[in-house]
Amino acid sequence: MSPKMASIEKTQLRDKTPEFRIGDAVRVHYQIREGDKERVQVFHGVVIRRQRAGARSTFTVRKVSYGVGVERVFLLHSPRIEKLEVGSHGHVRRSRLYYLRDLKGKAARIREKTAVAVPNEGSEP
Amino acid sequence: MNQNLGMVGRKVGMTQVFEADGTVRQVTAVEAGPCVVIQKRTPQKDGYSALALGFGEKPDRLVKQPQRKQFEKAGTTAKRVIREFRLAEDIVAKYEVGQQIKVDDVFAAGDFVDVAGTSIGRGFTGVMRRWNFKGGRMTHGTHEYRRHGGSIGQNMTPGRTWPNKGMPGQHGNVRRSVMSLRVARVLPDENVILVEGGVPGHVQGLVEVRGAAKRPRKA
Repeated sequence: MSPKMASIEKTQLRDKTPEFRIGDAVRVHYQIREGDKERVQVFHGVVIRRQRAGARSTFTVRKVSYGVGVERVFLLHSPRIEKLEVGSHGHVRRSRLYYLRDLKGKAARIREKTAVAVPNEGSEP
Repeated sequence: MNQNLGMVGRKVGMTQVFEADGTVRQVTAVEAGPCVVIQKRTPQKDGYSALALGFGEKPDRLVKQPQRKQFEKAGTTAKRVIREFRLAEDIVAKYEVGQQIKVDDVFAAGDFVDVAGTSIGRGFTGVMRRWNFKGGRMTHGTHEYRRHGGSIGQNMTPGRTWPNKGMPGQHGNVRRSVMSLRVARVLPDENVILVEGGVPGHVQGLVEVRGAAKRPRKA
């Protein structure tokens, strides 16, 4: 990306994005518009993929709702994301957790990271 | 003909921007200007009215002798590109030689613009790529006829191939315009406008941006 492009994209970035990684449990507070009414919906699930592309970055959250797998792709810098809460950090060994789609119940759980595995935990920006 | 004022610029690249309500717009960033009026064309002298705008810096050693005077008269440094914009007389009269034109002088968010540039060249291309022909069968004993265009016409009547029949040849690298693109943002500090949608040509390619011919300009 040219420096010019970078500075243009910079204007689109959210001021503060919490640090989160693949496998983390997140709660996305997302503004929903129905007609002219507006409300905030919370989408709670596991981050199964992140696409890092400057202002166009996205992340995908997966949850299982009433036995049905639901995945949503969010634009990381969208002003419609009111708040992004990061819960537990998952211990995973790959960057795309597509294998979760084939698993359910106990098998679809993700082991939580222990403090030893992440020595610098707690120093979130 | 498009009689709206325009600017010379360079395509910077594509990205997206968020509107206030959270909707996303795909935009192309165009670095437009700053342009300098190099010369004015008047009906009395040249038979038509236009502004010649210069854009982009050029090292002095690259300026040929006859052109040197042109820049001197305009009182500017040497410009890499000079393009003429045909304009109505009264618009031309508003500008002076040597005057600098910046993006926010000409464009505002919400305006519609036409963008012209040289499309990406694809070289000598077959009919499947160039005209979206289906080609031939891949199997059933097809012999050296998989990407061909098939028949190019009938027999005695008309006894010739129709004009504009799609055939292989040079594809791209021609001047193309995209009409009526909305200006999403104007960034005066960067000399950049963000235009909704795509624009012909490579990144770094030269483009001409001017007010849309088919859309009335907002007052």
